[in-house]
Amino acid sequence: MSISRRHFMVGTALTTSALAIPTFLRAADKPKVVVIGGGAGGATAARYIAKDSKGAIDVTLIEPQQAFTTCFFSNLYIGGFRTFESITHDYRTLEGTHGIKVVHQMATGVDKAAKTVTLADGSSVPYDKLIVSPGISLKWDSFPGYTKDASEVMPHAWQAGPQTQLLKSKVDGMKEGGTFVMVAPPNPYRCPPGPYERVSMIAHVFKQKNPKAKIIVLDPKEKFSKQGLFQAGWEQHYPGMVEWIPASIHGGIKSVDVATGEIKTDLDTFKSDAANIIPAQAAGEIAATAGLTNDTGFCPIVPGSMQSQADPNVYVLGDSTIAGDMPKSGYSANSQAKVCANAVRGELTGSKVFPAKFSNTCWSLIATNDGVKVGASYEAKPDKITSTGGFVSKTGEDAALRKATFEESVGWYAGIANDIFGA
Amino acid sequence: MICSRRNALIFSCVLIAFGLPAGFSTDAHSQTTQASEALSEQHKLLVTRGTEVFQRCTACHRIGPDAENRIGPHLNNLIGRTAGSIAGARYSDAMKKAGQDGLKWDANTLDAFVADPTSFIEDTTMGLDGVEDAEDRKALIAYLSAFATGSSNIPETPAARGLPSADPGIPAEILAIKGDPEYGEYLSSECLTCHQSSGSNRGIPGIVGWPVEDFVVVMHAYKSRKRDNPVMQMMASQLGNDEIAALAAYFQQKGQ
Repeated sequence: MSISRRHFMVGTALTTSALAIPTFLRAADKPKVVVIGGGAGGATAARYIAKDSKGAIDVTLIEPQQAFTTCFFSNLYIGGFRTFESITHDYRTLEGTHGIKVVHQMATGVDKAAKTVTLADGSSVPYDKLIVSPGISLKWDSFPGYTKDASEVMPHAWQAGPQTQLLKSKVDGMKEGGTFVMVAPPNPYRCPPGPYERVSMIAHVFKQKNPKAKIIVLDPKEKFSKQGLFQAGWEQHYPGMVEWIPASIHGGIKSVDVATGEIKTDLDTFKSDAANIIPAQAAGEIAATAGLTNDTGFCPIVPGSMQSQADPNVYVLGDSTIAGDMPKSGYSANSQAKVCANAVRGELTGSKVFPAKFSNTCWSLIATNDGVKVGASYEAKPDKITSTGGFVSKTGEDAALRKATFEESVGWYAGIANDIFGA
Repeated sequence: MICSRRNALIFSCVLIAFGLPAGFSTDAHSQTTQASEALSEQHKLLVTRGTEVFQRCTACHRIGPDAENRIGPHLNNLIGRTAGSIAGARYSDAMKKAGQDGLKWDANTLDAFVADPTSFIEDTTMGLDGVEDAEDRKALIAYLSAFATGSSNIPETPAARGLPSADPGIPAEILAIKGDPEYGEYLSSECLTCHQSSGSNRGIPGIVGWPVEDFVVVMHAYKSRKRDNPVMQMMASQLGNDEIAALAAYFQQKGQ
């Protein structure tokens, strides 16, 4: 008798405590947020939703890679200022501290009617709200001859990881006195000052290891971000090494041949000993597959919340979006993610939704301790995210200020890395 | 007489630099002047230079007769003090541990710490980049030493206080706004893109645990462009008075 009474007691206790769990804490009943893409936009959104909802929202992050190498500061790795490890981050803090379920798979489809995401292994994940932050996809053949296979010889290195390491090995190993050719991307593209910071970092390597080397930049554009600052910096630090040729001079990129290293333009054929080809870009593939893009290849959004204009249960962040005046940058994606997280929490748990504020700053390194920056703040106007003011470094600033700007960028990297991936 | 007038002038400048309240005792002023005559000319110049270097510290530290702990501990009697030992002051765990391990502040340890704070104590939350110039450090230490009871040949110099707070351009009603920390928490996400949420300084100053008034004054100084970092000017320009108050309330609370 006593035994069965004990069993009875235990059973009662279990039943009671199970009933005592508030409805919203039971996993099966919690609202579900699924985030596609574990970069500056997606990981930040996942972290803020998990952190600020204090367990009331079930957050799943879908990201194929075990660790994420940031595109921002990857030029500093090429220049020898950072290690590869220092720009690579895993998801352990998001899983451990914030209780986010991280699924290392590629998302292959979205069923917006059923509200599920399909994964590469055929399984599916249900959502109440979906956040899509897949970065960019590269438009192969935007320069004829430049294919995915070709990028194994002439890297694009515009999605960080093995491509970045490959490019660094090409720069470090280029023959003495050789010619390095960069084909810069057409607008719109990820990280407007990025190609030109990269030129600076490659020039920094050549100045030390290969001082007779030349760098030719074939640009499909007529002007670029922080142009005056970069060109003054190249003149100061790397005189005679860098030649930038805009479309009006070269007349257009006709073909890229990885076998011969030749890049043909209307003007001339440029023979490269190593090359970096950065093709035209569009939203990450899943955004198009899910029907979130328009004819620009990017995703229109509602400025105050980052909600997709194609579906009220879907939000889009970062490089994949048409974000009005905001550039495509890690900082922008991180900024947008916080606005989105606030909106999504408000929708799902009724938490207070505050007005959207956005900002961005892009720091670039031209040479050792020679940092420059450009930034702006933004607000959500009904038609688009609109700049409300900004600043840019000036040519002729003194060395102390440039050093302080570089040190500020190092601090920013440490801050944003913790803000994205958790501290 | 000429000499003493010069001394008086030097110390007047110091007083002006520190923005002392109008009612500050002139007795202390004249005592200071007299005592300072005993100093060698060289040392006086050094201390004067030290007062300028100390400006970099005043966002967080107070020194002098009425000095209290602010973001960092007060710095009276710093020479000979065990690191992390002032009751009621906020210290990083790293600083407290350094003190427990026997770190005492003297000219040598201060010199090393101030030269490169995070090299000396890796996880210090002191938001100073480091004073690179050795002569500046020497001057700073001479200045700090002037506030130690044990230094008989150095006069007690008036309190260095209220530097960042001494902005008369901020009306009392703005300082009196009571911020909403919940709104501040939301707004803070913009700050945390660069500033470490732990409060540590890694190239960008830590801002966790600042007293509300200091935070408000500093943000308004960026907003009115009296402080010159363009990123901060941009951030502050986006914020209304209530929002600055909300952030101040949140960051102070976060430090407790």
